[in-house]
Amino acid sequence: MTTAVEQRRPPRVSGGEGENGHLEELRVDPIALLERVHVECGDIGMFGLGGRDVVLLNGAEANELFFRAPEEVLDQAEAYPFMTPVFGEGVVFDASPERRREMLHNQALRDKFMRGHAATIAREVEQMVAKWDDHGEIDLLDWFAELTIYTSSACLIGKRFRDQLNRRFAELYHDLERGTDALAFVDPYAPIESFRRRDAARVELVALVQEIMDGRLAAGPPSDADRDLLDVLMSVRDEDGSLRFTADQVTGMFISMMFAGHHTTSTTASWMIIELLAHPEEHQRVVAELDQLYANGEEVSYQALREMPWLEASLKETLRMHPPLILLLRVAKEDVRFREFTILAGEMVGASPWVSNRIPEDFADAERFDPSRYLEPREEDRANPWTWIPFGAGRHRCVGSAFALMQLKAIFSVLLEDWAFELAQPPDTYQADLSKMVIQLRQPCVVRYRRRDRSAEGTRS
Amino acid sequence: MRVTVDLDLCQGHGVCESEEPSVFELGKHEQVTILVEHPSEELRSQVQAAVRYCPTSALRIVEEE
Repeated sequence: MTTAVEQRRPPRVSGGEGENGHLEELRVDPIALLERVHVECGDIGMFGLGGRDVVLLNGAEANELFFRAPEEVLDQAEAYPFMTPVFGEGVVFDASPERRREMLHNQALRDKFMRGHAATIAREVEQMVAKWDDHGEIDLLDWFAELTIYTSSACLIGKRFRDQLNRRFAELYHDLERGTDALAFVDPYAPIESFRRRDAARVELVALVQEIMDGRLAAGPPSDADRDLLDVLMSVRDEDGSLRFTADQVTGMFISMMFAGHHTTSTTASWMIIELLAHPEEHQRVVAELDQLYANGEEVSYQALREMPWLEASLKETLRMHPPLILLLRVAKEDVRFREFTILAGEMVGASPWVSNRIPEDFADAERFDPSRYLEPREEDRANPWTWIPFGAGRHRCVGSAFALMQLKAIFSVLLEDWAFELAQPPDTYQADLSKMVIQLRQPCVVRYRRRDRSAEGTRS
Repeated sequence: MRVTVDLDLCQGHGVCESEEPSVFELGKHEQVTILVEHPSEELRSQVQAAVRYCPTSALRIVEEE
């Protein structure tokens, strides 16, 4: 083969003539950009991001290459510069691949801990709804973002730390998530409002954690039963007796541990409610399933680990249509071939859950909310392991996916068993805010709730 | 039947070990070890459950003549 053939570059998508390529489009309407790459270029195409090229892969064959590649070929560590100011310098991205595997392999996410987590999550939901009247309104983003701060801190760090948090922690955490403007690909510290708020939020979070640490130092060690991850980190001392980890480092670790499971779960729970309310037949099926499963007073901690076919299928369909991450990125560490094209070392490489999850060849009637696609014999998630990718796939597949599904099953077990919901806005006003790399709902996103009256439901049907 | 694991996919969640510890072992390791490559037919339903509930779809049953 000639060199010219070996070096053939992927086609470039239209637009992006300015100095920063397609950056401005990515900041305003990333979905239009990602879909256009697929339509114009097919399974491999390029767009510009600042001074760099991003090679976007699409479809099962290209995605399998993307997801199977080891770190040494497609590296994840350098691919998300917008996260460094959120986590703090040196928290995750300076770690070696071995260290990262070890950290990713979080003991708390192992199967044998799931039942305890399910009980914790059910308790947190019950505490939140205990503050509700018989009927009222909630903003989905505010409510689920707060709930999932409590659930993720309780499960990943421990109950003692969770009990020292309040709504303020959730608000600050939200400011961190809002600080993920794609402008960070060019300048993570550019003087824009969302970055200023991000940095101020991190400073205040460190102060909150410092306060908690000071309180614990003053109070002395807890009983073994109460010990949480913060106590463990505070027990590590340098030779001179001082704490090994500062409040800044601890905060960075906690932010990064909670990050992957927070906005993702919160946003999915919100979209699940919106989709169910927009599809009454599916909604009814899920509620009927729950009524049957909990008819004899089973514990949520028991049931959330077992099969709930309609609830699970509805969650999977929500994830397919509203993947919390729409663009997954790596950096090529060496030249990579795909068909006749070469991706050059140093280029960014992307895969898009948004585009892949809607490929019409793999997902019949892809724009339709249809949970039955996950039931036998269709099982479109299993049939398409490289394109049904709300959790990614392969080596970097979300390690928290089982935890996330269990958590969502536990949340909806409590919510839908005791409460009925209805949209408080026209259906088409519930929209994603695509202006940040962390995608959340655009506010307002209000729904009404009222306590279920089973006897009245019985007479109606 | 023969049980296989795709180690590009296994993340060591340990669901298979919970389903059938005599065939799948995780222990403190990062990825599963298949203790019995050819499990007996009596274990079929447990092994099928392990394959089905693997969070990363890393396990397969290969039928043999």
